[in-house]
Amino acid sequence: MDKTLFEKIWQHHLVQELDDGAALIYIDRVFLHERTGSIALKSLEADKRKVVSPEHVFCTMDHIVDTVIGRGDNTKVPSGKNFILATRDACIDARIKLFDVNDPQQGIVHVVSPELGIVQPGATLVCPDSHTCSQGALGALAWGIGSSEAEHALATKTLRVSKPKTMKVNFNGQLGFGVTAKDMILHLIGKYSAAGGAGYVIEFGGTAVDALDIEGRLTLCNMAVEFSAFTGLVAPDDKAIAYLKGREYTPKGALWQQAVAFWQSLYSDEHAQFDKTIEIDCADISPTITWGNSPQHACAVDSVVPFAPADATQNQLQALNRAYEYMDLPAGSALKGLPIGAAFIGSCTNSRISDLRLAAKVLKGRKVAENVNAICVPGSTTVKRQAEAEGLDKIFIAAGFEWREAGCSMCFFAGGESFGYRQRVVTSTNRNFESRQGPETRSHLASPATVAACAIAGCIADVREYL
Amino acid sequence: MEKFTVHQGVAAPMLQINIDTDAIIPSREMKLVSKQGLGEGLFAGWRYTLPNGREPNEDFVLNQAQYKNSSILLAGDNFGCGSSREHAVWALKEYGIKAIIAPGFGSIFYHNCIRNGILPVVLGNDEVLALANHVEKDPQTCQVNINLLECYVCAYNTDHQSTELEATDSVNETLRFSFSILPAQQEMLLEGLDGIALTLKSKSNIASFKQAYQRQYPWLA
Ligand code: SF4
Repeated sequence: MDKTLFEKIWQHHLVQELDDGAALIYIDRVFLHERTGSIALKSLEADKRKVVSPEHVFCTMDHIVDTVIGRGDNTKVPSGKNFILATRDACIDARIKLFDVNDPQQGIVHVVSPELGIVQPGATLVCPDSHTCSQGALGALAWGIGSSEAEHALATKTLRVSKPKTMKVNFNGQLGFGVTAKDMILHLIGKYSAAGGAGYVIEFGGTAVDALDIEGRLTLCNMAVEFSAFTGLVAPDDKAIAYLKGREYTPKGALWQQAVAFWQSLYSDEHAQFDKTIEIDCADISPTITWGNSPQHACAVDSVVPFAPADATQNQLQALNRAYEYMDLPAGSALKGLPIGAAFIGSCTNSRISDLRLAAKVLKGRKVAENVNAICVPGSTTVKRQAEAEGLDKIFIAAGFEWREAGCSMCFFAGGESFGYRQRVVTSTNRNFESRQGPETRSHLASPATVAACAIAGCIADVREYL
Repeated sequence: MEKFTVHQGVAAPMLQINIDTDAIIPSREMKLVSKQGLGEGLFAGWRYTLPNGREPNEDFVLNQAQYKNSSILLAGDNFGCGSSREHAVWALKEYGIKAIIAPGFGSIFYHNCIRNGILPVVLGNDEVLALANHVEKDPQTCQVNINLLECYVCAYNTDHQSTELEATDSVNETLRFSFSILPAQQEMLLEGLDGIALTLKSKSNIASFKQAYQRQYPWLA
C-alpha cells in the first residue's frame, strides 16, 4: 500500500504498538540546550537513571548565554551562569558532546544540528525545544518535547508517542519578487490560524518548496509549531543530499553510499493518502508581516490591520481586541509607514548565512534610520565566521547594525537583555507573543530582508522597494 | 507523582484563545535550574502590575477574591501553545492548579501536563462556556467537579450540600459533560505513574529492536 513519508519513518522506528493508539518510538538523536537540558540531566541523575546512549546525545549553549562580543560564562540573565555551569557539569558526567560557550561550533540548536549533519533524513530527533520541527527540513522526523519527555528519551532511547494525523501543504507556483520562505509560512498561518495544524504532522511540498534551498526549508519547517503542528517535514531530495555531503557528523565512505540509497527511498508514494491537504497559490503571497500578538495575525506588508470577521466568536473577538490594544494598532491602520524602535535579525528561524546575505543585500550602502536599535545575531559561530569571511559583518556594521556572537539572544526575554518597554520591533524571529522580546514589547514578525528594509526606513517598509 | 482520580474545586475562567506558555510563565521567571520555585511567576505578566514586580494586578482573574484558591482553569482554545517549556506546567502545579478544561491544547503542553499529574480535559467550546457561566454566578460555591475514573466533568454547587460532601445530591446534573482521554494517559494520572518506569517494562523489546535497527541503519548506530 502506498505510504506517506511520515508513515515510512514511523514504521522504521516502531518498537512496539501500545494499546491506546500510541506507540513506543525509537529515538536516534537527542539534542539538549542549557535552559531545559540542564534540568533534564539533573533530574535524571537525582532519579539514579542513566543516559543510555550518550554518543547520540548533543548539547549546545544557546538560550541563556550572552551574545555580546567577549562573552564568557557570566550572563545578563539573572542566575544564567548557574544554568551554564550545571549544563557543563552534567554533560561531562554523562559524556555528552557539548558545544560550549566559546566552541567554534556553538550556536542555536536548530542551526547547529543541520549544519553539522547531526540531523539526517529518515532519522528521529527530539529536543526539549518547540522549534525542533525546523529540522524536518532535511527529511527527518524531528519534534519538540518537554523536559520530562527528554528524560524519557535519554533513559530509554524511546518515546511514547500518539500517532499524529497527516497533512500535506502544497505551495504551488513560484514565489514573487522579494518573497521568502518566511513569508510562505506566515501566509499559511495567517490564512489557516495558529491552530490550523493541530494534531497533524505536515509534509510541505509543491513546486515552490522544491525550489527552496535547504535553509529556506528550515525556515518553513521552523514555524510548523506556530501552526500547532506536531511537526513539519520535507522529503529529502538531491539538494538535501548535496547539503549534507561532507558535514562532520554525516556518514562517510561506504556508509555514505548506503545512507544515500536509503534516503532516496524517503518520499510519499504517489497514491499515499493524507488526512488533509492544503493548496496554496504562491501568487497570493506578498512580503508578509504580523500586526498582532499571535503568528496568525499575519498580512501583506502593504495591507491594513484587519477588522474582525463578521462570524467571529466571542472568544475570537476578545483575542482580536486584546491584540489591537496590545499592539496599539486599531483595525484599519496601515502597516507600511508605522514607526519602529528596533530591528532584530536572528533566531533559529532566520539567522543562517542565506538570511544574512539577503539582509546584507538590502543594507549595502545604506544606513539604519536614526532612533532604530538594530541588532544582528548570527545563528551559529560557524555562520558568523562564514559571514565575516564574506565581509557581511562590515556591511551590517557600516549600516549601523550591532554585530553579535551566536545564540538565541533577544528572540526571547529571559530577564536580561531586552527591547524597550512597549517598543515596536520588527524581527526575523518566530513568536510575537506578548512580552516575548521584552516587557510589553510589540513584535512584528517578518523575513530578514523585510527587517533590514524596515531598519533603513525607520518604519515598516516594503522590501521590494529596497532590493 | 500525585494521583488524580476525582477533583472538585474553584474554577477560574481564562477564555482568551491561544494563551501561550510564555504568558503562563515568562522566561524571566525561570531563574533556577530546578522544577521548583516557579509558582510565583505563574502568569507574571498579567498577575502583577509591573514586569518583575510583585504588586498584584487586581484586574487579573486569579487575583480576585471570588477566585481565591482556584484549582481548575477554564481556558480558551489552543491553551499552552508555543514554547515547549515544561516550566509552565511546573508553575501551574506549584500554584495549585489540578486540571485545565479547554477546547484544545498545545500538544507539547498537553503531554507535559500528563507527565506532571495535571489533568488536561478537552471539551467543546460551548461546554467550556457553559461551565464558565455556571462558575461566574458565584465562583466559591459554584464549583467544578472532575471525575477521571468515569471521565466526566460537572458543575457542582457547594451550597446544595448539607455538611458532608454528597456527590450525588450536590451534582447539578444538567451540566455534566463526558470527555475522552487515551487509556494509557488516564492510567498514568490515576496511578501517578512515571512514564519511564512504564516504558522500562519493555526493556528487552527495546534492546532487540535496537540490534536489528543498527544492522539496518549502521550509519545511525
Ligand atoms: S532562537 Fe528563539 S525560538 Fe529559536 S530556539 Fe532560541 S529561543 Fe527558541
